[in-house]
Amino acid sequence: MALPSYATTGQKIGYYSFLTYCSLVFFFLIAPIFIILPLSFSASPFFEFTREFMNLEPEAWSLRWYRQMVGISSIGDTTVVTDKWMLGTRNSFFIGIIATLLATALGTVAALGLSRPHMPFKPVLMAILISPMIVPLIITAAGMFFFYSKIGLTHTYLGLILAHTALGTPFVVITVTATLTGFDTNLIRASQSLGADTMRTFFKVIMPLILPGVISGGLFAFITSFDEVVVVMFVGSVEQITIPKQMWAGLRQETSPVILCMATCLVALSIALLTTVEMLRRRSERLRGIKQR
Amino acid sequence: MNQTVSGPILTSDGIPLKVSLKKAERINKIRAFLLVLPLLAFILITFLIPIGDMLARSIDDRQINTVFPKTFEVYKKWDRQDLPSEEVYKTMFFELKDSEGYSVGKASTRMNYSKSGWKSLLKKSKRKFKKIEEGPYKEKMIATDKRWGDPEYWKALGQMVDPTTMGYYLNAVDLKYDSNKNVVQQKENRRIYNKTWIKTFKVSILVTFFCLLLGYPISYLLATLPMKYSNLLMICVLLPFWTSLLVRTVAWMVMLQQKGVFNNLMVMAGLIADENRWQLMYNQTAVIIVMTQILLPFMVLPLYSVMKTISPTYMRAALNLGASPIHAFYKIYMPNSIPGVSAGCLLVFIIAIGYYITPELVGGKDGQMVGNWIAYHLKTTLNWGLCAALGAILLAVMTVLYWAYNKIVGIENIKLG
Repeated sequence: MALPSYATTGQKIGYYSFLTYCSLVFFFLIAPIFIILPLSFSASPFFEFTREFMNLEPEAWSLRWYRQMVGISSIGDTTVVTDKWMLGTRNSFFIGIIATLLATALGTVAALGLSRPHMPFKPVLMAILISPMIVPLIITAAGMFFFYSKIGLTHTYLGLILAHTALGTPFVVITVTATLTGFDTNLIRASQSLGADTMRTFFKVIMPLILPGVISGGLFAFITSFDEVVVVMFVGSVEQITIPKQMWAGLRQETSPVILCMATCLVALSIALLTTVEMLRRRSERLRGIKQR
Repeated sequence: MNQTVSGPILTSDGIPLKVSLKKAERINKIRAFLLVLPLLAFILITFLIPIGDMLARSIDDRQINTVFPKTFEVYKKWDRQDLPSEEVYKTMFFELKDSEGYSVGKASTRMNYSKSGWKSLLKKSKRKFKKIEEGPYKEKMIATDKRWGDPEYWKALGQMVDPTTMGYYLNAVDLKYDSNKNVVQQKENRRIYNKTWIKTFKVSILVTFFCLLLGYPISYLLATLPMKYSNLLMICVLLPFWTSLLVRTVAWMVMLQQKGVFNNLMVMAGLIADENRWQLMYNQTAVIIVMTQILLPFMVLPLYSVMKTISPTYMRAALNLGASPIHAFYKIYMPNSIPGVSAGCLLVFIIAIGYYITPELVGGKDGQMVGNWIAYHLKTTLNWGLCAALGAILLAVMTVLYWAYNKIVGIENIKLG
């Protein structure tokens, strides 16, 4: 959409004010995320840009909060080791990875079933399988808290993993179903007629084609689990710290700039994940012959 | 070939083709269903049953009947006029005296919801009853505490005779049962939930409106720009989508607090004085600002995918036929983009209405929404019946919206970037 050379002054004003408005909206979307990056290197114990910091004075810049994040902090001369953040990181990855694997396996198989032309009650089933994504987290957390405490799953890693798997599956179902639209079922027939059994057909023919969808669904499931705090708070025990839970605690009790360091790391992680998913999506579209306009 | 004319078509096994095809179809259906079954069972056990269990809790009122079962048996015979008979007092006396402290505590909490004062009365009486050896129990109980002689206390028990109650739902909309089981309004100072419901809807509608206001133009820009530019700008929309909710909330705290970036810039520009910086944090305004930024991608993605399908030739044709750009946009482009608008608005509203984390962190006192009250009753007051009732109402609203979304957009068309 470019302005033609014969545009009137009014049209020009309209066009440029539209562009200005749009850039302001993009700024509104993106600025808050990047504002925390420099601040995590500030020596100040508050979330603010001090004058010294802005003037680039060396004393005002520091890596002390990063040191504290990885577990080394010094008060005066004594070194105190608090490894809550590292414990949280380990737990987050542990829960996230297992939940992702489970969600990806369950979701992919279900998406294969849902994409078959003979699937009965498809809309209802789809609505049920997507519902964990739609129901507010606080309601999910309350329900799981009541039910899991009845069957002894609260305060266990198993309970958290099951909960996060349930929350992650809708993303896998959606992305894999999307990849399967336009899937040429003749490929399956060809494979079977050439003597491959079901498993071989799945791993050698179907899987390579839907892999981009499976991986991006898995990444969505992972980030969902990795970012989830409400269920962890109600279903998990006090000792079961994850990164978001520790951030939550940090925001509610001691507003420590370590949060900003962790936030910076998480932004880096999300940029990495976003890049991966975008590359996969384009590859998938190319593979399936969908042209980009 | 004569066969085919006279009778149904047969397969080589001699079975009619129709039957054979149906059988094959059925096998295919079962196969497809078997693939979905593991996930369906998983979601049922880990997600749907827990939510059903919570819904059951919102009407469950058996807790107390298990602590004072005999009392409730004899209580039913009472005419609810004057004080109950000696028999009721006697059963109450023994059941309270012999009960465990833990279960009395739970029951008395429930009794306190019907009439405040029950909790302290039971606690005090359980201690004093140890000294009473023999009857008449009615007089001696009233002697230990005159509240035992107050018919209001006894009448309040009438609400709990049934194993189920609608009481929690009434509480969730600022109503309650009086001692004769009529529905009445809560006392003036205890009416908080209707206000909260209104506030929740207000905030959600405003957030949806602002998302549309900000999202529509940029979706239009993204849909009409050449691919190489729009892909780059799309990153700006998708990055917040992928960034942790807590990170974004922290970022807004940095921006909006009293000594935050926004206020600093305003002071530097000389627009406001240093001593009266704006209070942008910990109120409803903060909730609306932050939620708008967080939910904006959910508006842009469906809008973009619909706008992408609107051919630019429509607009050109309209302009060619003499329409002014504004008129052409209003008459041609807007009606075509309505499916995207409805999808985006519904999605944003559905997500906004159940929000909990952001209002909790940036909302302060006046930004609390229904989700926050659910959490409050879940972990602080432990009034789980009310917690479940609030949740159930919220869930009902959600279900209607979700159903509408599914009808209008189709849930399988949901966009994730």
